[in-house]
Amino acid sequence: MLAYIIRRLGYAIPILLGVNLLTFALFFVVNTPDQMARVQLGDKHVSEEAIEQWKAQRGYDKPLMFNTEAGGLGLVTDTIFYEKSLSLFAFDFGKSDEGRNIGSDIQQRMWPSLMVALPTFIIGIAVNIAFSLFVVMFRASVFDTAAMVLCVVLMSISGVFYVIGGQFFFAKLWHLVPISGYLTGPDAIRFLILPVIIGVISGIGGGTRLYRTLFLEESGKDYVRTARAKGVPELTVLFRHILPNGLIPILTSVVVVIPSLFMGSLLVESFFGIPGLGSYTLDAIQAQDFAIVRSMVFLGSVLYILGLLLTDISYTLVDPRVRLS
Amino acid sequence: MSTLLQVQNLSVSVGQHCLVDDISFHIDAGEVFALVGESGSGKSVTSLAIMRLLSDGLHIASGDVHLVGQSLFTLTEAQMNGVRGRRIAMVFQEPQSSLNPVHTIGRQIGEVLTLHRKRSGAELKQDIIALLEEVGIPDAEQRASWYPHQLSGGQKQRVMIAMALACEPELLIADEPTTALDVTIQKQILNLLNELRKKRQLGILLITHDMGVVAEMADRIAVMRHGQLLEQAPRDVFFSSPKHEYSRQLIHSLPRQDAFRKAIAQEETPLLEMNNVCVWFAQRKGILQRIAGYTKAVDGISLTIGHGETLALVGESGSGKSTAGRAILRLIPTTYGEVLFNGLRIDQLDESEFIDLRKRIQVIFQDPFSSMNPRMTVREIIEEGMISLNVGGNDGKWNKSEREQEIRRILQRVGLEAEHLDRFPHEFSGGQRQRIAIARAIAVKPQLIICDEPTSALDVSIRGQVLQLLQELQQEMGLSYLFITHDLSIIPHIAHRVAVMKDGKIVEQGSTQAVMQNPQHEYTQQLLSAVPMIPEHV
Amino acid sequence: MTFPRFSDFSMFQPMLLWSDILIFILLFSLIAFFINLSRNPVARARWRHVFTTRIGSGAFIVIVFYVLIALLDSLHFRTALPPVEGSDGAISQEADGTVHYSQDVRSVLDIILHDLDSQDEKTYSAPFALYSFAKENQESDAGYVIRAFPRLEHGGKHIVRDEEHVLDIWVKTARAIGLTILPCLLVIFLHSAWRRRKPPVEHPLPWTVIYTTLTILVLLCGWVLNLSQYYHILGTDKVGQDVLYQSIKAIRTGVLIGTLATLVTLPLAVVLGIAAGYFKGKIDDVVQYIYTTLNSIPGILLIAASVLLIDVYIETNPEQFKLISERADFKFIALCFILGVTSWTGLCRLLRAETLKLSQLEYVQAAHAFGVGDWRIIFRHILPNVNHIILIALVLDFSAFVLAEAVLSYIGVGVDPSMASWGNMINEARAELARDPVVWWSVSAAFILMFVLVLAANLFSDRVRDAFDPRSVHGRV
Repeated sequence: MLAYIIRRLGYAIPILLGVNLLTFALFFVVNTPDQMARVQLGDKHVSEEAIEQWKAQRGYDKPLMFNTEAGGLGLVTDTIFYEKSLSLFAFDFGKSDEGRNIGSDIQQRMWPSLMVALPTFIIGIAVNIAFSLFVVMFRASVFDTAAMVLCVVLMSISGVFYVIGGQFFFAKLWHLVPISGYLTGPDAIRFLILPVIIGVISGIGGGTRLYRTLFLEESGKDYVRTARAKGVPELTVLFRHILPNGLIPILTSVVVVIPSLFMGSLLVESFFGIPGLGSYTLDAIQAQDFAIVRSMVFLGSVLYILGLLLTDISYTLVDPRVRLS
Repeated sequence: MSTLLQVQNLSVSVGQHCLVDDISFHIDAGEVFALVGESGSGKSVTSLAIMRLLSDGLHIASGDVHLVGQSLFTLTEAQMNGVRGRRIAMVFQEPQSSLNPVHTIGRQIGEVLTLHRKRSGAELKQDIIALLEEVGIPDAEQRASWYPHQLSGGQKQRVMIAMALACEPELLIADEPTTALDVTIQKQILNLLNELRKKRQLGILLITHDMGVVAEMADRIAVMRHGQLLEQAPRDVFFSSPKHEYSRQLIHSLPRQDAFRKAIAQEETPLLEMNNVCVWFAQRKGILQRIAGYTKAVDGISLTIGHGETLALVGESGSGKSTAGRAILRLIPTTYGEVLFNGLRIDQLDESEFIDLRKRIQVIFQDPFSSMNPRMTVREIIEEGMISLNVGGNDGKWNKSEREQEIRRILQRVGLEAEHLDRFPHEFSGGQRQRIAIARAIAVKPQLIICDEPTSALDVSIRGQVLQLLQELQQEMGLSYLFITHDLSIIPHIAHRVAVMKDGKIVEQGSTQAVMQNPQHEYTQQLLSAVPMIPEHV
Repeated sequence: MTFPRFSDFSMFQPMLLWSDILIFILLFSLIAFFINLSRNPVARARWRHVFTTRIGSGAFIVIVFYVLIALLDSLHFRTALPPVEGSDGAISQEADGTVHYSQDVRSVLDIILHDLDSQDEKTYSAPFALYSFAKENQESDAGYVIRAFPRLEHGGKHIVRDEEHVLDIWVKTARAIGLTILPCLLVIFLHSAWRRRKPPVEHPLPWTVIYTTLTILVLLCGWVLNLSQYYHILGTDKVGQDVLYQSIKAIRTGVLIGTLATLVTLPLAVVLGIAAGYFKGKIDDVVQYIYTTLNSIPGILLIAASVLLIDVYIETNPEQFKLISERADFKFIALCFILGVTSWTGLCRLLRAETLKLSQLEYVQAAHAFGVGDWRIIFRHILPNVNHIILIALVLDFSAFVLAEAVLSYIGVGVDPSMASWGNMINEARAELARDPVVWWSVSAAFILMFVLVLAANLFSDRVRDAFDPRSVHGRV
């Protein structure tokens, strides 16, 4: 088990290196610091000095990959690649283009993100599983057909409309909850209810449909017939035999996103004004602050790879047939 | 003896189509009643109808089933659940998939006991262990907490039987209980069933297609075809004087075990020679994935096949017999040893040099459903090899119409019509598909055909026809066969010589008659004694 | 005196945007694909199965309707500018013989929707409104300056008294429907009469649904074209442009983003997925590495970053994009490309797994034994048997991309703001919904048009999956 985890973490290194190189290429080679400076400074006819100054302030005035002027280790360390990209491996995110400390921003803003994303995730899965089991219970009936039609309809609505509709009806029309904003402490709940509900509802269509397929697939298997032949009542068959087997693919497929919950949701957070990492990223995108975007890309990749590892481990926990090797 | 189960005029249909057509039979307490038929005859549907476990879409059109006088079709679903598992229990064909993979076997057996007997706690545990011991699971106390995947196929079937017998049912429905098992395991399971029925006065409805199993187990026999019951008779009557033509055909489908093909005189260089051939697969372990050891699928086998000769390579699943066949075809690389064809070493040729030999060595696979591309017509299937291997007449090259003519000739030779050329594989039955596969192989005019279990996916009545065709072709074209099989009963009929494989090694080799009548190796003896035999008939 | 020669093409300059070229290439390859497919009886039977379901053919007609609008909107041209003073009204008679064309790129669809396009108001107005949504200083009859809702310049200008308004809408609606339904019924009658003369087929197409869907669509078109002469059916937006026109123009964006992005994913996923699954070993390692790496980057961030880079490129190279529409088009194609590049991994994984499975199958082994080469095996044995996976993924991706466009445009990394798109319309909705009273029509229009397209695509992909997925009941042959 330990050997396996170590090996998997070993695999993560080339992947993260790849992510790092790709983002480096995107942010510094395709798009040179000069161009960045021009866009940031806004004016098309900025002076060379202003650009140089802007670059120097942010450490973008160094050579990209090899510093031929610096001696010794400086050949590689005194470069943009080393300082801006490789440093990410040490979770040293540096400063944003506006001079804020990205690392402490992330630490501060990941909690509101988690406050929205975690309940949405857990309630969402619970609701989807409950609905799909309910549908499977009445499989091949009118209810099943109607539920599936409803699922397709729900799936065909863009997530943006769920947010707009939710805000419009719950907050603006019926004044049940505040439209947007965030408070720390227990008051947060008032602000969290709507985003969580909307997050859950927007996932119901796709989730219920997928889980129903998984459960139906299980219910056609031989061991289910064995259970019925034993005289096990239908409801017990569903909960004791089909559910645990159907949960295996469901749980292991959702585990991968758990670490990424920290990153929050761009859409929900920005619509509801929640000061999490999602809106942080969105603001950075809109302000074209590449330092933040770069950091978030790297953080996202790390969390995804962590998720992959968790997925493998979760398999061994929920499926007795799987042993790590 | 009292009547245990009475099936009256049972019909099952799907939509307008009738799967089971007005059948009636009865089973007495303590007797084994065998329902015999080939695939699609409706025998499994009958058993599921008795249990009221038909899948969606199938419905009981008419008839009734009585268990000791009680009509099963008038019970409520809850009452029926009291019958299932307690009074009628069931064992299925595939032990691999019939157990719930996420529950321990102890829990799965315990489920029936808690359900019908309200057992719990220490008493439950005792019962589970006692049951496991009764069906011959060693170290039962510990194994009770094992998961199904930790057990072998035979052990899983034992667990299924333990589960079925937990509540001491009056009737056991065994639906092809040994079909998925190796012959030695089959023997053990059949013995176990026999023992248990004597001990418990158990009525058994045995559903099978295997006449050997029927001969060994059944008290009375019923033959089913196309949803209809053709005939019912006690065993001895059935085998000595079958009434229906189809029954006779089934009985005769098993080749006689007393006529052997004589070994034929051989030239000096055999057609194919394998010397100490090994196929090993690396096992990797640890952080750095070093090669920690090898799985020795084929571990140093040596054999020869002469011109016009059939060598049967016999073994149980996992013995490495198919791997050996694929190694000759170079679908899998060999690790050690040498393969010679006509005295020429072929295992070290590269693919472009080997292409010439692909014309000489061909293959027929087991499953006629997966051995043909479903998106290609019969013509394309047969033509593909002829084109890619440049097969032609004397001048080596055929034009399109010559090739077309040849394809038609071959197709007719294997017993199909020219009008079949533009059809797709799914439009044919299993036996017809296997004929297409044979046509595909002989179209490139090979000298050696590796037949990898070519008949084991076929119904018994079709099996004989396909074997007959293979023999005729051998005589006409001077073909040699490497006949890979697990089915010992067909060997006398087809093979000149036999090699028996176990765990990647050949344990015994010799003329068919010598091996079958006077086996030297312990394993061969075990195999042969496990084969269910039909009593001497007509 | 010379007359302007209307037959002369110099009146219009046909103009091909890059996205136009791509969409027509795609159209032709699709047609070729279907012709090719119809030769294979198995595939034909399965397609027939898709279309014999009511939902299948209904959804297909709706999709085709959208695609047709998108195609009409992809035939672009520029009109010639009126000649400069003194050149005597002749277009091709200028001294140096050159004609100047408008900066405004228009499409065939714009001609059809001329009424919608040309009647801009000053600002917001509600659907069918006679008055503007915003008060303005007006001089009353008595000469006072009062703040009131001004009459619209174009919307309902034929209405003299306000009381006629509602009645007028109903009358015009009835007339429009009456005019269009008659030819519809006639065509249906003739067609079904012709159909009855032919021998009945075993699985007939669901003609009732086909007729109904077509009739509804035709009626809708008739009604819209008719009433849009008099009213703004879906109101106007902030700068007074007709919302209906905007949302119809957005169809092209939606349909194109769905198809072009899929066009990018397809070759990547198919080539890499099949190569990895078939050749295994090192190639598999490399492909797996590439898609794990790409997958590990949060998709939306990668897209956002790439789009930002495109923006920077456009800003630093303004000389390459003379027209606004050229710039928007470049950004649009880049967006499709980026969307495609970031979302091929899912299909690639599926194809890799399926190819691994297929290459173990006996018919592939048999092909090896017959000395069939690797490429031939891939093209004859692997590709035809993974077709259904590609097809299902293709239709599913289409709706995913349409939905993604809305989110991306909302975030500000979608299509160019100058291009009509549902995402841009939604983007504006935030401010509009905060107004009091609420401006609801813009976002509703985007919602409905988008919902219908995505729903049709989803329903259609369901039928396709039913018919083609071997695991589903109908897929078995």
